[in-house]
Amino acid sequence: MTKERLIIVGNGMAGCRAVQEVLKRDPDRYEIAIFGAEPRVNYDRIMLSPVLAGEKRFEDIVINDEAWYRDNGITLHAGRAVEAIDREARVVRAEGGLELAYDRLILATGSDSIRLPLPGADLKGVVTFRDLDDVDAMIAAAAKPGARAVVIGGGLLGIEAAYGLVRRGMAATVVHLVDVLMERQLDASAGFLLASALAEKGVDTELGAVSEEIVGAEGHVAGLKLKDGRTLPCDLLVMAVGIRPNAALARASGLEVGRGVVVDDRMRTSDPRISAVGECVEHRGQCYGLVAPIWEMCKALGADLTGADAAYEGSVLSTRLKVSGVDVFSAGKFSGGEGCEDIVFRDAGRGVYKRVVLENGRVAGAVLFGDAADGAWYFDLMRQSVEVADIRETLIFGQSVTEGLRGLDPSAAVAALADDAEICGCNGVCKGAITGAIVSEGLKSLEEVRAVTKASASCGSCTPLVEKLLMATLGDAFQAQIGPKPVCGCTHHGHEETRRRIIADGLKSMPAVMQALEWTTPDGCASCRPALNYYLLCAWPGEYRDDKQSRFINERVHANIQKDGTYSVVPRMWGGLTSADELRAIADVVDKFQIPTVKVTGGQRIDLLGVKKDDLPAVWADLNAAGMVSGHAYAKGLRTVKTCVGSDWCRFGTQDSTGLGVRLEKFMWGSWTPAKVKLAVSGCPRNCAEATCKDIGVVCVDSGYEIHVGGAAGLHIQGTQLLTKVVTEEEALWTICAITQAYREQGWYLERIYKWMARVGLESIKAQVEDPETRRALYDRFAYSQRFARIDPWAERVAGRHTEEFNPLSRRMEFAPA
Amino acid sequence: MNALVKDPIAWTDVGAVTDIPLRGARRVPTPSGDVAIFRTGDGRVFALKDACPHKGGPLSQGIIHGHAVTCPLHAWAIDLANGEPMGADRGKGCTPVIPLEVRDGRLLLGRA
Repeated sequence: MTKERLIIVGNGMAGCRAVQEVLKRDPDRYEIAIFGAEPRVNYDRIMLSPVLAGEKRFEDIVINDEAWYRDNGITLHAGRAVEAIDREARVVRAEGGLELAYDRLILATGSDSIRLPLPGADLKGVVTFRDLDDVDAMIAAAAKPGARAVVIGGGLLGIEAAYGLVRRGMAATVVHLVDVLMERQLDASAGFLLASALAEKGVDTELGAVSEEIVGAEGHVAGLKLKDGRTLPCDLLVMAVGIRPNAALARASGLEVGRGVVVDDRMRTSDPRISAVGECVEHRGQCYGLVAPIWEMCKALGADLTGADAAYEGSVLSTRLKVSGVDVFSAGKFSGGEGCEDIVFRDAGRGVYKRVVLENGRVAGAVLFGDAADGAWYFDLMRQSVEVADIRETLIFGQSVTEGLRGLDPSAAVAALADDAEICGCNGVCKGAITGAIVSEGLKSLEEVRAVTKASASCGSCTPLVEKLLMATLGDAFQAQIGPKPVCGCTHHGHEETRRRIIADGLKSMPAVMQALEWTTPDGCASCRPALNYYLLCAWPGEYRDDKQSRFINERVHANIQKDGTYSVVPRMWGGLTSADELRAIADVVDKFQIPTVKVTGGQRIDLLGVKKDDLPAVWADLNAAGMVSGHAYAKGLRTVKTCVGSDWCRFGTQDSTGLGVRLEKFMWGSWTPAKVKLAVSGCPRNCAEATCKDIGVVCVDSGYEIHVGGAAGLHIQGTQLLTKVVTEEEALWTICAITQAYREQGWYLERIYKWMARVGLESIKAQVEDPETRRALYDRFAYSQRFARIDPWAERVAGRHTEEFNPLSRRMEFAPA
Repeated sequence: MNALVKDPIAWTDVGAVTDIPLRGARRVPTPSGDVAIFRTGDGRVFALKDACPHKGGPLSQGIIHGHAVTCPLHAWAIDLANGEPMGADRGKGCTPVIPLEVRDGRLLLGRA
């Protein structure tokens, strides 16, 4: 009996694996021929990254050498592309006129790298990262001393390419459109850690960077120009922006093609004699670019080709990054979704971030950074849809802990720990030392345990364990102590500790804070994010980039949201002074934009109420044109400096209170503070500017300036307390700036000055501003910070900054369809 | 009389996913009021009617954290996946979810 003829188009991993699956089941059924476009035997494309990095050689990654083809009686037509399929005659036509007949045909044509259609994309030195030729070109480029590479694409492949090039001695920068690396596999927290780890390995990243043009010199790539105007010089440019199923042959042959060659669960195309497998297929609307699904497809295909029943039902994906020393794992719904809950664990000391996503009491996904040892275990739990309710408490600690404690309740589990089990990793304190101290020293509270044993005194992540030990040792005598109030539910750290650590550890970004302080949510909440944003801004002026998505809407759009979703606009009137020109401009704006309400505020300025969001930039442009800037009436920052007319006009005025008010406002405007700050300067003790119910108030007297702090006239009514008295206007300015800076550095977010004062004490503030050196240092820090703060946010937005904030995404649905 | 078989949802391309900043939102005006499209920190997108179930506050102007948005008017937290208030306000009404699909990086907003 003659054998059936099986032809495979594609000598890659999928094609050869499919053949192996057939041979395994029925070695004698087919006469097999394989066409391959590359002039080589079959190799493991996944391992190209280690070859590039010099960690493996080509020989190491060959899957099937020539002997395999020979021994299995397979004819390999290497370097011959198939040009057409005649489905009627069941014949394939290859390069050079070769024609072969088939009974069954497998398309395993793989995928092509996407080449961005940038100007200059055809220059020499612009490559993709797909096959061994690309790798050879990259290795050759790296051989030039001092050579630089830019990789477009911060996905798995792009990162591996950049890492490989750095290992080859090049300087490499990854340019990524999104602001999270590998955003399809990682959440922002893990992406941040990855960027930091890569930086340590010498791979730079440019996130949120849009490529505009590839710049050339003498026909060769010389750099990549970004949309922000910068050009990154390079001698090699790698495009690693993704792959596209190669379905050209299938399409030309009249098979059903979507994004890829459409197949059913038996891997058959719309022609039952033709199957397809691997990266070229589209199965249930899904295309795959990873190896595990290909193996699963090949199994189903092997079964179908040998007359057995099998169905491929789609794959659940997991990813590991192949960069030595950077442990990254991701699977499933790593970012959660409807009805999902997160369990987050961070170990700042070891640089570990783990997030396991649960859905209906089962693992639905996971992302692990820094310690991915349990990736396979989570993936297993996920694929087998194991009910994890009973191991939930320990799930995040991984398989060995969980298996070790299975069946025990958490308190019993702690009781069951051996005496030499380490509880506090930071200070190396084991269980016996803690329980021993509780008994011998008669410790009753968490604070006492911290003081005596140091356990839970550093990062605090073992606090729950220590509390359980107290409970287990003391029984009912232990009542959980309330430590400092946490910033929010995302952390057990209070404001004080958070601020201290930001400075002490040099934490300069929000993900850095959340990792170091072991936040228990992936990206914080509406309470902690604005607080952290402020703390970072205050700690690192000029360095930290304000995160507008962590700003309350008023500070994000520089106007006050009203109950109907419109906004109010309050231009600054320095010290409460205005002019005919300003008033005329305001009147014109009111007419032009039909602003419904104009109101005089308590802070001596004018409020325009009911402005539509879309109109804000145009309103500001007109106010700017008349010389007015934002009044920050919306800010946790300096609001107004209210004044009376003072010695200029008033027959009782002792000093130039208006002048001092204007001077203070012109120096201090734009500063961000923990909560709003209102100032006033009264020209005499009659106090017409009501300075003694402001956050900081000045009352001028014949002999100088009384400086008062801690007033409030809102939810609470409180008069100020006299802080100090100074002789000159200069000193008054220094002192007020110093108080403000002390408050900026020590206040908790949303804590007004009077509350800060109640917490730290008037004497502490007094000591800081009365010591000339401390006052000077505080003033200098304030002045430095102001260099980056005195910028009119309205003018910036009029000039086009963040236009997306003010324009609708699309107006295409604005009117009903005809 | 009308024998046409229709896609029950009419889709409109309203822009690219990357037109919305991470942890940000944009609004799309429609004849029946604004729709808010959110993009969370992990890159997922959601669409809700741009009105809080509490007092109709524009959710597109809130702070986005996890898969939730906090309304700018009175700080209700709304679950982006189903439009329901979370925490203490659970069960007090619901914001309608608007059909949204992503195809090739484009946002397709549905008119149900």
